[in-house]
Amino acid sequence: MTERYDVLVVGAGPARVAAARAAASHGARVGLLDAQARHGGQVWRHDVLHGTPRPARIAFDLLARTRGHVEWLPQHQVISADHRTLLVETPRAAVRLSCGSMVLATGARELLLPFPGWTLPGVTGAGGIQALAKQGWPVRGKRVVVAGSGPLLLAAAATLRRHGARVLGICEQAPAAAVAAFAMQLWRWPARAVQAAVLRTRLAGIPYRCGSFVRMAHGRDALCGVDVDDPHGPLHIPCDLLAVGYGLVPNVELASMLGCALDHTRIHPCVRVDTLLRTSTANVYAAGESCGIAGLAAARIEGSMAGHAAAGFPAAATALLPSRQRARRFADLLAQHFALDARTRTLAGADTIICRCEDVTLAALDGFTDARAARLATRCGMGACQGRICGTTLAELDRFPHGGTRPPLFPARLATLATGDPSTP
Amino acid sequence: MSHYDLIVVGAGIVGASCADEATAAGLRVAIVEPGPIGGGATACGMGHLVAMDDDPAELALARYSLRRWEDHADLAEAEFSRCGTLWVARNETEAAGIAQRVARLEASGGEAEAVDAQALYRLEPALAPGLCGGMLAPREAVVYPPRVALHLVRRARQRGASLYAGRAVRRLGRATVTLDDGTVLAGPTLVATGCALPELLPQLPLRPRKGHLLITDRYPGLLHHQVLELGYASSAHGTAGSSVAFNVQPRPTGQILIGSSREFDVTDPAVSGPMLQRMLQRAFDFMPALRGLQAIRAWTGFRPTTPDGRPYLGAVPDSTDLWVAAGHEGLGVTTALGSARLMLDLLQGRPPAIDPAPYAPARALA
Repeated sequence: MTERYDVLVVGAGPARVAAARAAASHGARVGLLDAQARHGGQVWRHDVLHGTPRPARIAFDLLARTRGHVEWLPQHQVISADHRTLLVETPRAAVRLSCGSMVLATGARELLLPFPGWTLPGVTGAGGIQALAKQGWPVRGKRVVVAGSGPLLLAAAATLRRHGARVLGICEQAPAAAVAAFAMQLWRWPARAVQAAVLRTRLAGIPYRCGSFVRMAHGRDALCGVDVDDPHGPLHIPCDLLAVGYGLVPNVELASMLGCALDHTRIHPCVRVDTLLRTSTANVYAAGESCGIAGLAAARIEGSMAGHAAAGFPAAATALLPSRQRARRFADLLAQHFALDARTRTLAGADTIICRCEDVTLAALDGFTDARAARLATRCGMGACQGRICGTTLAELDRFPHGGTRPPLFPARLATLATGDPSTP
Repeated sequence: MSHYDLIVVGAGIVGASCADEATAAGLRVAIVEPGPIGGGATACGMGHLVAMDDDPAELALARYSLRRWEDHADLAEAEFSRCGTLWVARNETEAAGIAQRVARLEASGGEAEAVDAQALYRLEPALAPGLCGGMLAPREAVVYPPRVALHLVRRARQRGASLYAGRAVRRLGRATVTLDDGTVLAGPTLVATGCALPELLPQLPLRPRKGHLLITDRYPGLLHHQVLELGYASSAHGTAGSSVAFNVQPRPTGQILIGSSREFDVTDPAVSGPMLQRMLQRAFDFMPALRGLQAIRAWTGFRPTTPDGRPYLGAVPDSTDLWVAAGHEGLGVTTALGSARLMLDLLQGRPPAIDPAPYAPARALA
């Protein structure tokens, strides 16, 4: 059986909530798919100690009061897609959902760059451990180094501190001059400036090292310390946890499966959209980080635009275009000032593991210029993540572009694939 | 213009085997491959080394080749795993045919034994109840074909073969080939391009036959043998537009590889939801425990299929110094090494160890 909606919104974060609200405001019957059990996604994730962030609460309340009908579908993981029909797995069953139009707000994942020791227990993504801490994973009393690049490091550090971790320092790879130049521009985006000021207060006393990055993590069975390259000289910092993230990479796998053209101008592809956020596939729209990393504000605006357009009200979408352009300019500012130092891409040694699913080292990938040839010969990218981590890393290391994803989009029960069939509604 | 003793066109498992065999015989060899080594049907299949007994000619080639595979049993790249093949009977009719099949396999020099229902469930406790026994071929194995192809090409290159990687053959001449960058190579030419055969030799009928495969997460201990239904041969060798058969394999990692489907007249390589559904339902009929396992990836491939199901091995009729080794359908990995030995014997004018007549390309033009 296939359940039908006017508009299906897929994703987890703020763009998705805005899209559902905008579409429903025109009376559309909206299905709001979320792989998680709770609203929120990464940015607005519910915190076991501190609840849901205030802007998220407001957004969810508005959503609940929206005219029309938004059906929230938690724990609905999209497995495959075809012609505006989605095959979805829930904890107990498989369902097929079809729609008149679809909004993809699939967000982004962290960029992880390999360095010796990066696979040790205790080393996590900066966003990864932030999510874990919000969900109750104990960090109290743990000595944590936060490293990588971009403002999200500050948010991760603040969350960790709120949960009782001892944040020993933040290593930002961008040089001090670039970070200062970025801060000088912040007045143009007052909301961001306020956010930065709040974070600064919450992070008082924590060293913020610019131009520094973790060169190596030490430990036998678990992390015990990190070597940091700092403009003032090398440092060794004993610690229990390392939270490291070098920015974000758009999630484009579902869009790609739906046949949407991707934009390959940057290292990592994003979904190509026009001014109304239409993808190249008819009646499929995309919003937020999947169209290029631009942050929360752009995601909310684009979510609304895509929601309006998907519900058949392009004028309402067009009205938001100037705000979108403004928000996107903030993204350009970020990309410009937090561009990765070439040294962060040269840390992995010959025996550093690149593909964690299949234990493939960097040296094993020497000589390959194509993801498929490398995969066939070494199994790099053949694991459960289908190269989401290593494929992204290898593109960043300028080895070869990510080879793409085959169904299922995420590991799924065989029973789901046997009963759900998106191409014969 | 470079001159070679043999130009091998295509570096799938068959072309790679031919290049390896030719360089071992001291020939100066060129290999032309536009894509990754072993990137066609070689990369998509299960890598099951199996003797099928329903066609005596195919059985002879398979047996001849399986003996060659034993030379690779200790090769790390082959990931050779001697899991054996267990054929299961759904009903008494299928079970009744087992004695004859055992006899045929043993007569060909293989090992096979009938197993009763009780023994069947001892061998594979996860099989569905109600099956009527089966047949075990304990010496059969599985390998990882793309790495074998890569190994064979590397070995051929160590013996002096030239690899024209990323190059395609645009034209076949009289003992010459012209590549897509204009390079001309001269010498006897062996076409081993699998499904792409019609591009160079359109006179030899060949159709792609699409198949689906799916691999699960790791479940060590759930499955011990490559397990197929005895009705597999009627799916594999029948000519129905589409068919599915129960065929599961334990990978050395503990992952389970699940097949199989066959479709003619489909050119779209995309995974088909309905076909995957049929294939999995068939697998659940024989092994219900599969239902709850996690699938991590599904893919498709195309088998090069000749009208009579046998490969083309030999000289291309009405041509000079032009040879073909292609059209192995689903048995290319099993029969690659034997095919290569047979081709070298023919190329060098020696009588082959097995009768080459059933594979002679001329049969397609008769």
